[in-house]
Amino acid sequence: MNHPTKLFIAASLALGAVAAVLADDDDDGRRYTASHPAWQAECGGCHVAYPPQLLPARSWRALMSGLDNHFGTDASLDPQVAADIGGFLERNAGRDRTPAAAPVLRITETPWFVREHDEVLARVWQSAKVASRSNCTACHVKADQGSYGEDSLFIPK
Amino acid sequence: MYTLLHRSATLAMALSIATGAAAQTPLDIRQSLDAAARRESADFAGFSAQRGEAFFKSGHGRDWSCASCHTTNPLAAGRHVKTHKDIAPLAPAANAERFTRPEKVEKWFRRNCNDVLGRPCTAAEKGDVLVYLMSLKQ
Repeated sequence: MNHPTKLFIAASLALGAVAAVLADDDDDGRRYTASHPAWQAECGGCHVAYPPQLLPARSWRALMSGLDNHFGTDASLDPQVAADIGGFLERNAGRDRTPAAAPVLRITETPWFVREHDEVLARVWQSAKVASRSNCTACHVKADQGSYGEDSLFIPK
Repeated sequence: MYTLLHRSATLAMALSIATGAAAQTPLDIRQSLDAAARRESADFAGFSAQRGEAFFKSGHGRDWSCASCHTTNPLAAGRHVKTHKDIAPLAPAANAERFTRPEKVEKWFRRNCNDVLGRPCTAAEKGDVLVYLMSLKQ
């Protein structure tokens, strides 16, 4: 094998590794594939079924044990269905970045969310089309399919 | 192949029985509510679409009414007042899936009555709302 070929292979491997890291990094927010029928049907009945990777397991546990007052709304479920969804969320949960603090219950209050959205202007957050930070699909138009990448990002005027 | 299909069909049936997911019609659900309302009160004299409409559109001492999310026209799509998610029309004439799954009907009445009234709805209240929704035509 001559020198340029070796170099080419090394460069390809390096690029491949970078691509793999990007594709693999849940926190990158590009695309979330973990899915579960009850999670999609029940959580997705009222809002986008938020990807389990966006909160650590103990946050999901706390959320799922308080569904009768879910941010001021009764979202109570049959206990068996709740346990099924809770298991899915915890199995696919994200890393716990603030293990010492009380569990974060709102994805929008995680350091990751705040950092990812620090360039979003106040007037966008306040626009009638967005209305709430929980309304992912206002800008991430394919959020209901797990896609949060910039290719499907449209900021409302 | 036949066996496999047969097994799947049996399994699907068993599952629907196990989860109580047998499909019904809005009329079946109305009949169940009618029986429940008679059990709740000896004075029960039938449901009223007019009462149901008033119940649906008025506030009940809290932030939301039914119409806050479902709008005052249940033949049209609504929108969740907090999350802004679209809500498919509630009236059976506009959405054939509505009031065909008893467990779904119970789940949503349980949650939404708690949000709107701060207590469970009576069978009479649920029936009034249902006959109102069933009275709406496209």
